[in-house]
Amino acid sequence: MATGAGKGRRAFLIRLAQGASLAAAAGLVWTYVLRNQARATPFALRPPGARDEDEFNALCIKCGQCVNACPYDTLRLATAWEPRPIGSPYFLPRENPCLMCPDIPCREACPTGALGREMERIEDARMGLAVIDTENCLSWQGLRCEVCYLACPVRGKAISTERRLAPDGGYVQMVPWVHSEHCTGCGVCENRCPTEEASIRVVEARLVQGRMGAHYRLRGAEPGGVMVFDPPASPDAGRPSTEPTVPGLDALNLGDLP
Amino acid sequence: MNHGQEAQRTWNGRTVRLYHLPNTLSGKLWAWRYLILRRVTQFSVLLLFFATAHWAWVVAGQPLISGNLSASSLLGVIPLADPFAVLQILFSRHLLATEVLIGAAIVLVSYALVGGRVFCSWVCPVNPVTDLAGWLRNRFDLANALHLNRNLRYYMVALVLVLSLVAGLAAFEWVSPIAMLHREIIFGIGMGLIGVAGIFLFDLMVVRHGWCGHLCPLGAFYALVGKAAQVRIRFDETTCTRCGECIRVCPEPQVLNLNQAARLGRVASGECTNCGRCVPICPEDSLSFDLRPLINRHNQRSAETSARRI
Repeated sequence: MATGAGKGRRAFLIRLAQGASLAAAAGLVWTYVLRNQARATPFALRPPGARDEDEFNALCIKCGQCVNACPYDTLRLATAWEPRPIGSPYFLPRENPCLMCPDIPCREACPTGALGREMERIEDARMGLAVIDTENCLSWQGLRCEVCYLACPVRGKAISTERRLAPDGGYVQMVPWVHSEHCTGCGVCENRCPTEEASIRVVEARLVQGRMGAHYRLRGAEPGGVMVFDPPASPDAGRPSTEPTVPGLDALNLGDLP
Repeated sequence: MNHGQEAQRTWNGRTVRLYHLPNTLSGKLWAWRYLILRRVTQFSVLLLFFATAHWAWVVAGQPLISGNLSASSLLGVIPLADPFAVLQILFSRHLLATEVLIGAAIVLVSYALVGGRVFCSWVCPVNPVTDLAGWLRNRFDLANALHLNRNLRYYMVALVLVLSLVAGLAAFEWVSPIAMLHREIIFGIGMGLIGVAGIFLFDLMVVRHGWCGHLCPLGAFYALVGKAAQVRIRFDETTCTRCGECIRVCPEPQVLNLNQAARLGRVASGECTNCGRCVPICPEDSLSFDLRPLINRHNQRSAETSARRI
């Protein structure tokens, strides 16, 4: 009897251990798949109001009500095996940018709170951040373009054009600058950019944005004051020089010559 | 009665007859009535979601039913949500908005009342696929390649909830072939169909009713919910000859525990999907859909009459 009971207990414990091991093995693989899926996020631009990555991934129930609510068919749900978290909403600005509806219907449709209610105006959305490839940007290469500046819905704030003297001197370029404090990441600029591959693109801000750290003292910043971005734009900077130019010398340096 | 041309089986003095599919079309359609109804319901659910998303079907100026089976909004006012998905998100330690919680409560209460696994056989888009696999399996008389315990699915529920807790993500929702199929039918086809193809092959070649009957945690969740079900299969012990036709067609044959059913007057298990396969196939009409309170009253009355007879 005693050995029988002992055997029964032994067999039970072994089965328990086997069951636990099976569950643990399956669980580890499963968790790996989950985390791997969730890690794909940096390549997905979320609808306006989306909470930060981890919270959004946890809260989004993948129902697609935001997709249905979008009047411009901008949003779509990721299918399986896309390089984006499965079933979650995203948009591709080059194909169809967010047109920033003031009533934010996609956010209103979200039943779970993955798209947060805190944001009051669509201008406060931070879906991503536009970055410029200056090597391929027409304006930065000396042509007149400024399409992104003109198309930007946060006109004049998110993208400004600044005058700049061409590196080879002699004429003025109007080059676009992106200002992260105003850029919503809607992607209209990327959509309209006339180069073959967009030279201004919207990416998730944390992929490209650094943080300086509070301990740096900036030249020109008053203690307790705010450093304002102020591009150099002296009235004469861009004007073609009336002086005879010296080949091989920068026009700005003319005054330094003996 | 038993001295006919062939030795017929009898049970409790009643001749055991087997089921024969009627020869006439109307007879066949009547015999397949629940099958046809289930396919119509399954297709309609998909159609309503699809039409709202793509053809902007509206009723009274409101989108008919926007979303999918994970969460949706009926006529723009009534929220609906998959209670198992919501439970997983809550287990992932995240607070959800009220809307989806109300939606989950509505669906949970509805399915608890009509029988949880009504979802499985009347709504779930995977059901036609696994039914097809089961039908082909019968046609080609394929044997099981593997034995699985039908209780495995309850361990799957536990595993899903534990993993949701550990990973901080709704564990089943991220890999669910049901959600993938449904979502991709409505919002664009992708590789999510691979999951369903896997289920089809598994059900066809490996285990009979392998996914729905052994593994699916959503079905298991609804089986637990369905314990309170009010719509149930009524069982009439007085006419049953134990021919076994019902058990042969049932995808969850363990629920047709006829001795227990005789005692209760109904099929009790929450694992019963209320698919209605057993109802038309019973040669003695011993099985029928009924409501639990009516079944109880019926039981009481028959107990009284038999007591009077004695």
